[in-house]
Amino acid sequence: MPEILDQARTQVLGDGVGLDQAGVLAVLNLPDEHLPAALQLAHDVRMRWCGPEVEVEGIVSLKTGGCPEDCHFCSQSGLFTSPVRSVWLDIPSLVEAAKQTAKTGATEFCIVAAVRGPDARLMKQMREGVAAIKAEVDIQVAASLGMLSQEQVDDLVDMGVHRYNHNLETCRSYFPNVVTTHSWEERWETLRMVRDSGMEVCCGGILGLGETVEQRAEFAAQLAELNPHEVPLNFLNPRPGTPLGDRPVVEGKDALRAIAAFRLAMPRTILRYAGGREITLGDLGTRDGLLGGINAVIVGNYLTTLGRPATADLDLLDELKMPVKALSATL
Amino acid sequence: MTTTELWCDRCGEPATDGAHPGCASARQLEPPRYCHRCRRRMKVQVLPVGWSAVCVEHGEIEG
Repeated sequence: MPEILDQARTQVLGDGVGLDQAGVLAVLNLPDEHLPAALQLAHDVRMRWCGPEVEVEGIVSLKTGGCPEDCHFCSQSGLFTSPVRSVWLDIPSLVEAAKQTAKTGATEFCIVAAVRGPDARLMKQMREGVAAIKAEVDIQVAASLGMLSQEQVDDLVDMGVHRYNHNLETCRSYFPNVVTTHSWEERWETLRMVRDSGMEVCCGGILGLGETVEQRAEFAAQLAELNPHEVPLNFLNPRPGTPLGDRPVVEGKDALRAIAAFRLAMPRTILRYAGGREITLGDLGTRDGLLGGINAVIVGNYLTTLGRPATADLDLLDELKMPVKALSATL
Repeated sequence: MTTTELWCDRCGEPATDGAHPGCASARQLEPPRYCHRCRRRMKVQVLPVGWSAVCVEHGEIEG
């Protein structure tokens, strides 16, 4: 057994203290023959510190495309030659999307907008949309609207938004290679305000943007410092017309190593499968990740791309004897 | 892709000059982006279950 896994067994599984950056890097550098042991340990950590439940979420794009920012992975930037056009979702359709999500057994419904930050029109749409959902659908509402002012944070709390997603996307040292229209520190400031407001913090990123393994470890350590309630883990799905459109997808074993490493860095967080898992891991890898530290999934479609049918994921959870988290429970 | 389609609904290039195997594979996990009849970019809304795409000339399709 590699020394880092012995250390993690005592420190993370035994004491609930996550690995530091050097420890995460050691896990990311484990040879293939030790990957099953790393995944098993990450699974044991998840079961001990989070339990067997899996949190299921659906997401929808309230405002698609036309974003003024230049996040190099994103097909919704208005600065690239992506075929994605700008479109708004009306409130009846938003409520219907929440109903469809609730029917899958999901307890979370995240409303997302492709913006630098919300303007008055978007905040008005949010207020009306969240109220309409709460009147008709038994589901918790989360939001992802870019960078916020303190007043907007307060408004979202007042609406009853219980969790706010704002991904750091990648580590601080690599961020300028991915986004030039705003800074990592600006994102951090929004996250600080969200945490101070009492809303739950959801913050993750995308692997496969061209970052080194060392930078992947740096990212895990920076997320651990933030200590978010939830970490969505995406794998780059290269989008036509974006600056990263020709990048290769993350190799499956590297993705699984990252899942184990991020779990060992953050033993108590909700570690969610998000976009790109279908092309990076496929069906078999999806199962391996759920048995390697993942304890939450996005079911159904994503914002501009499609996912597996929700039933495929729910059937898999049933087969793995992992109960879907109930609405009233807290992980 | 059927023989009546003039344009690839993923990349917007002519559909009449050969198959688009890469696009066909990608389309399993993507909605269409271009109208296959006129090549216009469509307004596409992805939903948790399904999607809709609107061409200003040829109307709405759903999947």
